[in-house]
Formats: sequence, structure tokens, C-alpha cells
Amino acid sequence: MSPLVQGAITIFVGVFGCVGYFYAANLLLDKVIYPAKGPNIGRNINRANAIRPWLFLLPAILALSIYLVYPVIGSLIRSMYNRAGNEFIGLGNYTSLAGDPEFQTALINNALWALVVPAAATFFGLVVAQLTDRLSWGNIAKSLIFMPMAISFVGASLIWKFVYAGDPDIGIINAIRDGMGLDPLDPLQLPFWNNFFLMVILVWIQTGFAMVILSAALRGVPEDTIEAAIIDGAGPFRVFFRIKVPQIMGTIVVVWTTITILVLKVFDIVYTMTGGNFGTEILPSYMMSFMFRDDGRATAVAVVIMIVVLPVMIWNIRQAQKEMR
Amino acid sequence: MADLILKGVAKSYGDVNVLNDINLDIETGELIVFVGPSGCGKSTLLRMVAGLEKISGGTFTIDGQVMNDVPPSQRGIAMVFQTYALYPHMTVRDNMAFALNIAGKSKAEIDEAVNGAAEKLQLKEYLDRLPKALSGGQRQRVAIGRAIVRDPKVYLFDEPLSNLDAALRVATRIEIAQLKEQMPDSTMIYVTHDQVEAMTLASRIVVLANKGIAQVGTPLELYERPNSEFVAQFIGSPQMNLLAGEIVETGAQTRVQTDQGGGTIVSDYPSNADDQGARVRVGIRPEDMVVTDSADFAYEGKVAITEALGEVTLLYFEAATGQDPVIGKRPGVHSDDRHKTLRMSAPPEKVHVFRDGVSLHYR
Repeated sequence: MSPLVQGAITIFVGVFGCVGYFYAANLLLDKVIYPAKGPNIGRNINRANAIRPWLFLLPAILALSIYLVYPVIGSLIRSMYNRAGNEFIGLGNYTSLAGDPEFQTALINNALWALVVPAAATFFGLVVAQLTDRLSWGNIAKSLIFMPMAISFVGASLIWKFVYAGDPDIGIINAIRDGMGLDPLDPLQLPFWNNFFLMVILVWIQTGFAMVILSAALRGVPEDTIEAAIIDGAGPFRVFFRIKVPQIMGTIVVVWTTITILVLKVFDIVYTMTGGNFGTEILPSYMMSFMFRDDGRATAVAVVIMIVVLPVMIWNIRQAQKEMR
Repeated sequence: MADLILKGVAKSYGDVNVLNDINLDIETGELIVFVGPSGCGKSTLLRMVAGLEKISGGTFTIDGQVMNDVPPSQRGIAMVFQTYALYPHMTVRDNMAFALNIAGKSKAEIDEAVNGAAEKLQLKEYLDRLPKALSGGQRQRVAIGRAIVRDPKVYLFDEPLSNLDAALRVATRIEIAQLKEQMPDSTMIYVTHDQVEAMTLASRIVVLANKGIAQVGTPLELYERPNSEFVAQFIGSPQMNLLAGEIVETGAQTRVQTDQGGGTIVSDYPSNADDQGARVRVGIRPEDMVVTDSADFAYEGKVAITEALGEVTLLYFEAATGQDPVIGKRPGVHSDDRHKTLRMSAPPEKVHVFRDGVSLHYR
């Protein structure tokens, strides 16, 4: 069977399976288990209504348990076993991680990523959102800036490989250097700075995301408060930073933390651009380098990543909930 | 402190004219109220004075200085918005201090101004709260405080009481009146669609309609001597009754024979000889209507509904479908008037006559 047909069948079965499940489960509850008739009609309706949410949540809870909770616990256990997975070594994988200079580099680099990328993407997104709102062709500019969001990380990395290419006829950086009469160099091999060259790619991708959300938030700022500030004598910069930004702080935090969580998971860019060489290792790419060779160690890194992401995630969800209220 | 003069001021959005040829002199210390039906441009006019809307034509001066292109913050105005427009992330103190901070005032000066305003508006104990922890009335007081601290030449109020509930609206209205009393030199412009606010607060009312000014005058001038049917019906509630008729006698007083009932009624408005036989409309306010037996009357009809309010009783006469019923107001309780046929008249000084919508008094 061609994969196209297979895919179509999967989608068909999936969508109508869901509809069928909800319809049948609801019917079963209302007509068979607790029918809305007979001597206990009031009690039956109350019970059916108490059970219904659980009925509807059941598939999601099941799927999440099987594909999320079980793997997390499984990973925790697996990370306590040796390379072959047949000998319990307790925290052995973690202590050896702590002693590995490569892991330390990855941890430090990851911290840099987590600081720089969300800050830069949010900042640029905010500035772009404000500036494009005032342009007649702002929506075109917005679509262009949003476009990288639709490119896969690997695809984006390949594009930027051209930007950083050593051949002055291809790479723009070396073209500029060439124009100034300097020798070509490989930006990706510059120690320390190459990290930032990689971060630029993710900032380029995520600015569009930040821009879209923040642009909506900026439009939600009451026009009256802005006019009041103008009458109070505030110039455009003051209106922006003292009136608008504080009022959308909640959204900024949500955007910031959402990007932070993403940053802590991205490995494609490093993997594609440098393979973690030249001191650009980050935790996910470090984990990849152990996968299938030493699963115990790789899962230990995965657990470390989870522990790092967890607090940011909790904060993010809290903020998002606060926004909704 | 400030004379405002609008000369031929106009506003248009592209090809759409919103306001045409507005001429208005506002003297220092006046409280001018703009009223008019919704969409008449009263808020737009206020925002043009504030500098939030560009003036498309004419000149606007404050104290002789042309303000057309002066930015809002340098016009010496302060504005209170309908939605309060408080900065939600700042405390009450910071809200009030914001303008002074920008103006680079010293900390001592700012504290003095903020504390003074807070004292005046009974906001002392709320200075460190955020706006969301205040009630609607308190928020509006903060908004007024924010205007006071700047010590402006002109205060602008854009429907400041519309978001308050009825009881609070009355209380805050009185507070604004007292505030004006305390600051006799400050000029205020106040936009509202509530004619009670207009009547009680204004030193002069500007009625806006049809892209221009319909009439300017003190509240009682507008009430007693409206220059057009529009103003006559806009001011006063229930609105003035308009009865079609024909002038039968001209001179220092005018006698009109009305169509409904065929009675005649005398108005103190003078008329010329060539008005004889002209089709006019007689305007009588419900509260000026009296029941009469004489042959001199303005209207005769059957009472369809009575509304006894205790102090007065409103009589709604039967009307042809689609037409406003004639309304009378009698002091005391007269519920038994229902279904009776009554003859209504009014004293000559309370009878208005409009020819082609314009009052004979102003010709």
C-alpha cells in the first residue's frame, strides 16, 4: 500500500474514531448506564454529568500516561543502569557526567542559549511588533518575519550554512571580509563566538513567534492609557517602555518562557551546523552523541534536561493561566 | 487663566465632514458642557481641543496663542477619560506623579502636588494601591487627581461619569461641582450625553447637532428659550410636545390654532403680519401643561396611560401609530385621569412657536 493511502486511512480512522468514541460513550452513559428516566431520574442525571468529563478526558489521559508518564519513569530507571542496561549502578551515570568536561561545556553553553536566545527573540519580536503596527506595509513585513517559523530547524540551519560559508562567493560574512581585504575564515570554528552564530539561527526563527503574540498583546493595550500618557507629556519611547510594555508584561513572560523551553530542547541546529564540535556542544546534542552507544548515559542527560526545563515550564503555565483570568 | 477661542474649526476624515465651522469663545473660569446626540462629534471636538485629533480647518487659540499644531502636553490642558485611563501597573501615587516626573519636577514638588490633590479628593489612604484595588468612583477621582496635579489651564472631561452606577454618578457629579467651586479660575470643558449633568454643572451649554453648533447658552436659556425644535426637544425630559397648527393672530403676541381639537393658544413670542396663516408648530413642555375648561387651549385628547410618580403624574395621550404621544405632567397624584378626555393649555410665556423648525423668538 502506498504511504499516501496509508496516511489518508490513518487520518480518516483517527478523526472519525474520535468522533465515534465521544458519540458512543455519551450515548452509552445517557441511555444505558444512567438513563434520564425512571424513578431515579434526578440522581441519574447528576451522576451522568459527574462522569461525563472523565469520559471525555479518558483518551487524552490514557495517551499521555502511555506516551509521557511511562517514558519519564522508564527513563529515570534506565538512567540508573549501565551501558548494556543489565547492571544497576545507581547514580553512577550522573557522577561520571559531572566529571566530564564535555558535559560541563554543554551545560554552560546551554545556559548561554537559554539566556541569550529568549531575550533576543523576545526583544526583537517586541520591537518589530511595535514598528510594523505603524507601517502601511506592516503586514507584509510581519509575514516575511514570521516565515522562518515555517522552516524546519534543519532547513534553517542549511540556509545559515550558506551565510557562514567559507567561500566568499557564497557566505556573506566572508564576502564582507573579502571586500575589506581580509582572509576568509570559518565563523563556526571561532571558539566561544561560534555559539552565538548558532544562536542567531534560532533567534531568526523565533522572532516571528514572539512578534505575532506580542503584536496581539500590544493591540490589547487600552488606547486611552496611551492618550493619557501623551497628554501627560510622554514621548514615543516613554509611552512604549513605561506604558505599553508594563501592561503586556504577562504576555512577555509567557513568550519568554515558551522560547526558553524550546531552547532547552533544540538540538537540530547544533547537530546540523557543527555536530557539537568546536566547543558548541549543548545538552540535547550531547545526549544525541551517546544515544545508541550508551543509553544509560544518554537517558541521564535527558533527565538532567527535564529537571532544568521543569521549573521554567511550571512558571510558564502559571503565567499563562494568570493571563487568561 | 485661559480664554479659548475656536474660529471656523472643522474636522473631516478624508471626504467625510464630521464638524463644520465651529465658532465658540470660552472665557476663563467657565464650565462649558458639550451635549448632543451620539455621533454628533462632541467627543471629537473635545479631542481636537486636547490635541488628540488634528484640526482640519480653522484656528484654535488658548490665551491668544494658536494651538492647532501644538502637541497635547504643551497646550496646558489635562483630560479625564470616560474609562479613567489609569495606568494599571502604577500605584495611585505614581499615576498622579507621572506627568510631573516627565516634566522633571523635583521630588519635593511632586510630593507636595500629589499629596495636595489626594487631600482634596480624599485619596490619601489609597496612594500606594494599584488602580485595580479601587472602586469605580475612586478610580475616577484618581483620574481627576492626575489632572489636578498638573495644574492645567483647561480641564477636559470626556463623559467622566458614564461608567459609574447611578448613585455614584450623582455623588461624583456633586464632587466635580465642588471642585469647580474650589478652582474658580480654571476653565473646564465637559462632554456628556446626560442632560441632567449638563443642566446642573454647566455655566454654558453647547448643543451640537448636524456637524455644527445648534445653540449656545446658559442651561436655563436653553430650557426657556430654545432656538429650534431640535434644541427644544433635546433639553428637558420628557421631551417638549410639538403640536402642528396655524397662526391666526400676529403682533406682540401670537395666537395659534392647533390642528388637534381646533382650540387656539397665545404665545408671548412676537410675529410679523406676513406670518398670518403660516404653518407652525407650537412647543409646550409637559410640565407647563395645565388642564383647562376654557375655549383657549392647545390640545384636546384622551389619556391612554398615566404614570403616577408620587410628586407628579405623567399623562400619555392617545396618539396615531408611529407618532410620539403628547405628554402632560400634573403635580400630585391623578391616576383617575386615565381614559378621560382632557383639554390642555399653557400660560403664554411658556408657549414656544417654531416656524420651519426655528423659534419665532430668535428671528
